[in-house]
Amino acid sequence: MSGNLTLRRPISTWWWLRKRTYFVFVMRELSSIFVAWYVLFLLLLVRAIDRSEGAYADFLDWAASPVIVAVNVVAFAFIVLHAVTWFSLTPQALALRVGGRPVPGWLIIAGQYAGLAIVSVLIWWLVNR
Amino acid sequence: MESTIRLSVTRWRPDKSTPPGQQEYEVPLRKEWTVLDGLNHIKDEIDQTLAFRWSCRMGICGSCGMNVNGEPRLTCGAFLSDYAPGPIRVEPLANFPIARDLVVDMSDFMKKLPRMKPWIIRDDDALLDGDGEIDGEYLQTPEELDAYKQFSMCINCMLCYAACPVYGLDPDFVGPAAIALAERYDLDSRDHGARERLDVLIEHEGVWGCTFVGECTRVCPKHVDPAGAIQRYKLKAAQQTVKAFLLPRGMR
Amino acid sequence: MSEDAVVADHDVLLVGGGGAGLRAAIAIAETEPGLDVAVVSKVYPMRSHTVSAEGGAAAVIAEGDTLDEHAYDTVSGSDWLGDQDAIEAFVKEAPRELLQLEHWGCPWSRQPDGRVAVRAFGGMKRMRTWFAADKTGFHMLHTLFQTSLKYSGMTRYDEWFVTRLLVDEGRVHGVVAVELASGRIRAITARAVVLATGGCGKVFPFTTNANINTGDGMALAYRGGAPMKDAEFVQYHPTGLPFTGILITEATRAEGGWLLNKDGYRYLQDYDLGVPTPEPQLRSMELGPRDRLSQAFVHEVAKGRTLDSEWGPIVHLDLRHLGEKLIDTKLPFVRELCLKYERIDPVTELIPVRPVVHYMMGGVHTDIDGATPIAGLYAAGETACVSINGANRLGSNSLPECLVFGARAGRAAASYAASAGPPPAAVAAQASDEVRRLERLLGTPPGDDSVAPIRTEMQTTMEEAAGIYRTGAAMAAGADRLRELQERSTRVGIWDTSQSFNTELVAALELANMLDVAECMLASGLRREESRGAHQRTDFPERDDARFLTHHLVERDPDGSPRVSELPVTITRWQPGERVYGR
Repeated sequence: MSGNLTLRRPISTWWWLRKRTYFVFVMRELSSIFVAWYVLFLLLLVRAIDRSEGAYADFLDWAASPVIVAVNVVAFAFIVLHAVTWFSLTPQALALRVGGRPVPGWLIIAGQYAGLAIVSVLIWWLVNR
Repeated sequence: MESTIRLSVTRWRPDKSTPPGQQEYEVPLRKEWTVLDGLNHIKDEIDQTLAFRWSCRMGICGSCGMNVNGEPRLTCGAFLSDYAPGPIRVEPLANFPIARDLVVDMSDFMKKLPRMKPWIIRDDDALLDGDGEIDGEYLQTPEELDAYKQFSMCINCMLCYAACPVYGLDPDFVGPAAIALAERYDLDSRDHGARERLDVLIEHEGVWGCTFVGECTRVCPKHVDPAGAIQRYKLKAAQQTVKAFLLPRGMR
Repeated sequence: MSEDAVVADHDVLLVGGGGAGLRAAIAIAETEPGLDVAVVSKVYPMRSHTVSAEGGAAAVIAEGDTLDEHAYDTVSGSDWLGDQDAIEAFVKEAPRELLQLEHWGCPWSRQPDGRVAVRAFGGMKRMRTWFAADKTGFHMLHTLFQTSLKYSGMTRYDEWFVTRLLVDEGRVHGVVAVELASGRIRAITARAVVLATGGCGKVFPFTTNANINTGDGMALAYRGGAPMKDAEFVQYHPTGLPFTGILITEATRAEGGWLLNKDGYRYLQDYDLGVPTPEPQLRSMELGPRDRLSQAFVHEVAKGRTLDSEWGPIVHLDLRHLGEKLIDTKLPFVRELCLKYERIDPVTELIPVRPVVHYMMGGVHTDIDGATPIAGLYAAGETACVSINGANRLGSNSLPECLVFGARAGRAAASYAASAGPPPAAVAAQASDEVRRLERLLGTPPGDDSVAPIRTEMQTTMEEAAGIYRTGAAMAAGADRLRELQERSTRVGIWDTSQSFNTELVAALELANMLDVAECMLASGLRREESRGAHQRTDFPERDDARFLTHHLVERDPDGSPRVSELPVTITRWQPGERVYGR
């Protein structure tokens, strides 16, 4: 149809506010930033421990400040969103077959939560023993 | 007095300088009528100049895709009563240029389709007898058929392109239906063309353009799951890249 | 005519991009790769109505099945009006065509060991219907279209509407067509033209057919001087959904579905179609031929044994005993359609159905290579009448028909084109005339008449004149009415003045095509004073081989009126006999 007059309709910058699913998608993408922030936070924690008791105490003080707490609360919310959305999407991306039969989606999702639970228990035990 | 419902329909003519606008029409609200029936009522009884595509009216030809209240829908399967009391906003399929009224320019998709090499690729046509005649079918078990069946259900209605924000922002993106079709052939046990298709799809506007919004799968009227096809393709492409990097040439 | 009035020249031009058209194009690209092939279609090829075929495609492949049996089923199914040489060629080539499609990727449903599966179908003594779930036409069309994309040298004119054939001195030289996107009108010249535009169900108000099935190729040929053949034979498919007319495939009955009247009685047993058994019996009861099943419905209505629905009398199709698993595996699309358009679930509820116009056995007269009497002009698929379907088509014969005769017509057209010369100068004047005619039509100001009411009246007229049972009086009255409507249609104006996607102009052109085809149907119908296959007359209720074992050709006289003549049926091995089902 080259040469025929057609009208392009550009997308608004706010396209992602038009539909709930688009909004959740953008939040999901944004959540990677908070994942990156938390990785950085953990690295700072490890570095503080590695240095000295004093550095560690300073770190804890800093971590307890209202700003950092607020950031971490928001980060936690986004990380939960990150986990929940990506766990539910995994079956779509991964067509697993075991013994010639397709593994049902709910099993793949449940498996990830199970894995999360196990790792969480392990870390809790490590920290508290 | 029969109850009616209002349809607000996009009108645009390329030869007029006016921008696209909505025109309102009242159509009978009948329980078995779809939005398409409403549009046909407008065309036959009220305004003969309204232009739109349709054919089979049973959801298999893919002609009648439009945006209904902001959602890409096949208008032959969208019932007026589901939108009552209305009004219902009927617009041309999003992310495509308008050609006229509710008709969009599909030529971009038609150009992308052959790039996927959506046909059986084999070095040989095995199973030929001495005279070069076909000597039987390629065996394909029901399980092998199931492996790609879902991706073969695409009716090319392009609702997925209308739903995809990546395509909306970057029309160079190959798009959901095209990639799903490539995957359909890759997964077909009779095909040997996965490598050839990969070369096209690992480009920037190929699978890697997709950010897994997933809206394409949600609007697909045939449950093709193009988003799933694309992510699986990405996995495959990534595996190929790693293999190419790690393994010596002869072993890939 | 200026240079840019001819948009291009090709060796072979396919008009129509459905099953037959695409198969023909691929056949030419494969056998004569040096030839320039083009496909022109008023819709994108994947929208062609082949896409909606559901049930399957018949070809001999199973153990114990023979070509002769497929041929006999087709001959008797046609009520002995099918040309037996064509039928023998058809049954022989059908398996090869379906296997070729399999090699091209068609996802035929399979047996557990990987071989192609076959199922029963109406009027067939053996199971020989290949199927791709219940979307056989969809898969076949998409396989053909995607395969055609391999041939990058093939030109496609997508959404160009052909309005006229360019014919001079008994030879075709191309077409004139409108590019719908821009409104420009151009001639496309070619050495050979193959018409594959499908059927003409839209002359009736209630049909399984899509909006696009308006007999365009048939009318082009008829107006161009080629005869229509057997136009009186219109197939009413026994099971369409009321109101929409959406097809509920014969496969439902092949898998074991029952037709029940209002008393829950399998009424087909009263019509010499066998005795009811729990499992389906081939060539019996619900697996009888379509004409007999639709006729049985009419009798049930007369006896007051059908149910009344908002949309007229209906009967029930019972699939409940098949079970959810079978329905979801073999008939998933049927379940979807019932849920969506009738809001019923066939797993637990009865499906309301009634006979619906479905297929034209008649069409452009061709020989067994798809050639019409006009040199260089071919036809294939539902547009053509070879004839393999005679007075009644068996289900699952039309998809292989598209392939077999699409390929044959393609190859024959290619062979002709390879040695044909360029168009004469006279063609340019014809093209200019057509351009002027269309411009005049577009420029005709709208009056108080428009396309839609004329079309509706035509449909009502045809429903009354060309129903499952007909009378001479009704057909004659219908023919008179059609003449009035034709007259009206020549004066109708167009509201839409846009050049771009002027669908009102398209509707006006389609209406003219439909009126021409409808006229042929009634002219032949009046001439046939017997009842055979799908043409049943209450004033002539018996089959009359002595007078009417013949095809009817309809040609257009210079004054525009239809002239009917006869053409003998080719009988090779099966002498006319009684059509026996159920015993």
